[in-house]
Amino acid sequence: MSVDITTVKRVARLARIAVSEEDAARMTGELNTILGFVEQLNEVDVRDVEPMTSVTPMAMKKREDIVTDGNKAADIVANAPATEENFFLVPKVVE
Amino acid sequence: MSIVDTRTPDPKRFISGATGDWEVVIGMEVHAQITSNSKLFSGASTEFGAAPNNNVSLVDAAMPGMLPVINEECVRQAIRTGLGLRAQINLKSVFDRKNYFYPDLPQGYQISQFKQPIVGEGTVTVSVGPDSKGNFEDIEVGVERLHLEQDAGKSMHDQHPTMSYVDLNRSGVALMEIVSKPDMRSSDEAKAYLTKLRTIVRYLGTCDGNMDEGSMRADVNVSVRKPGGAFGTRCEIKNVNSIRFVGQAIEYEARRQIGILEDGGSIDQETRLFDPNKGETRSMRSKEEAHDYRYFPDPDLLPLEFDQAYVDALGKDLPELPDDKKSRLVSDLGLSAYDASVLVSEKAIADYFEKVAVSRDGKLAANWVINDLMGGLNKAGKPIEESPISPDQLGAIVDLIKEGTISGKIAKDLFEIVWNEGGDPKELVESRGMKQVTDTGAIEKAVDEVIAANPDKVEQARAKPTLAGWFVGQVMKATGGKANPQAVNDLVKARLGLE
Repeated sequence: MSVDITTVKRVARLARIAVSEEDAARMTGELNTILGFVEQLNEVDVRDVEPMTSVTPMAMKKREDIVTDGNKAADIVANAPATEENFFLVPKVVE
Repeated sequence: MSIVDTRTPDPKRFISGATGDWEVVIGMEVHAQITSNSKLFSGASTEFGAAPNNNVSLVDAAMPGMLPVINEECVRQAIRTGLGLRAQINLKSVFDRKNYFYPDLPQGYQISQFKQPIVGEGTVTVSVGPDSKGNFEDIEVGVERLHLEQDAGKSMHDQHPTMSYVDLNRSGVALMEIVSKPDMRSSDEAKAYLTKLRTIVRYLGTCDGNMDEGSMRADVNVSVRKPGGAFGTRCEIKNVNSIRFVGQAIEYEARRQIGILEDGGSIDQETRLFDPNKGETRSMRSKEEAHDYRYFPDPDLLPLEFDQAYVDALGKDLPELPDDKKSRLVSDLGLSAYDASVLVSEKAIADYFEKVAVSRDGKLAANWVINDLMGGLNKAGKPIEESPISPDQLGAIVDLIKEGTISGKIAKDLFEIVWNEGGDPKELVESRGMKQVTDTGAIEKAVDEVIAANPDKVEQARAKPTLAGWFVGQVMKATGGKANPQAVNDLVKARLGLE
């Protein structure tokens, strides 16, 4: 598997990362090198192997349904560039 | 996913166009907010209507380094809902990240389930109707899957000329997305499906079903085709928030698509919005890449696993569901399918009815609950929870009719009094002298008086026996409607020598 520069630019845009034409060309090469390494893994037959989700076998921790958090609106918006009455203010987005 | 057509085209449901009949094909994705105290992956409250950003933890705000921990109750509720949909429960499911950018999604992705949802295929039996003859038709709507996911925050665009306001109180609240198969063929079927789904989650107590508060909302997929033909290209109408709007949106959208096709055009697969004020759907700003969500398993969460014993225990504790309740009312109490459908349509109504019907005549109780009580509530615009008459009071009225203490007609008056003034029906009957007169002596006296006062009518009645009804009416009037009508009728006929 390999990617071309169009794909690299598209993925960058989807991830909202600004990438110049020059960087995109360089990254295409780098990504294809990485994909080449990954490709090698395909040589191993893993048909009957379950995908590993954890290094040691463990079950997902669950939480009880009780309210233990919240009531800190001022903290939540503390770092926001613009707020009003504890709302976040963002440049207008309308569908 | 390969789509299977499970339905036989039915001309009753066709929409006629300029070039002949068309069939609409509908599938639905319903988002139902799980009833829980805290969010799916954080300990913040889910309460509706809190001050802005008050029900937000650092997890919900996606602060760096925060990790999600799943709420066990949400898992339990999703499984119970799956069981209520008679669906496959998957003992192992996986959370994925659905990546997109929007200001009310601070993580930049929604934690959802993509390839391995917690609940697989199921079925919902939907009663469609009544038609003009009062008949219901049962159809089966397939459920493709149910998965757990996070809700996003809420944006408001009308508070400021250049800024949008974002409140993350909803962010991270647990949702069940229930995806149907494209098994519906009319707007009525779609409305009935959504209604039934809401009834089921309310019976189960897994979602409050309040569409006004956004606890339930539907994305509706609509396409049209020539009857029995291949599926057409669909459009998705996003976030419809009432059952009535679902119907209107489908009607409009089907017409729109038929118009385009009949003019020789083709349908673009796109996302549309329903505008309830204009009653029309319109295209959302086209986002070419919006559908490239780049799903991948969330590395912050292990697979969700539980054993069959856990599922079985939940299954055992499931309350009686509307379909089962309906069958029981029909088979045990002898109600008609129609009456039973009406009574089970809302859990609160069914609960009320069962209190009235306990060790009483089920049919009589059903008549009073459906016609008088629900009719009155409808007129007053009140839900059954605010009924001015309690099940015990209505039960007492039913007892009084059954014992013959009051006639059906007096019962209506008594119902009015209890509705407006309250009180114990048995005492009211005594204190207001509403008892039916079954004392033959008293009735005889009244009959004789009417006959004596109207010799001319007596002559006419001998020639024309149907006039006996007039005498019955006079006697009923004279006794204030309290005489037993059957007894009066018998006596009048005997005295007039009509038998």
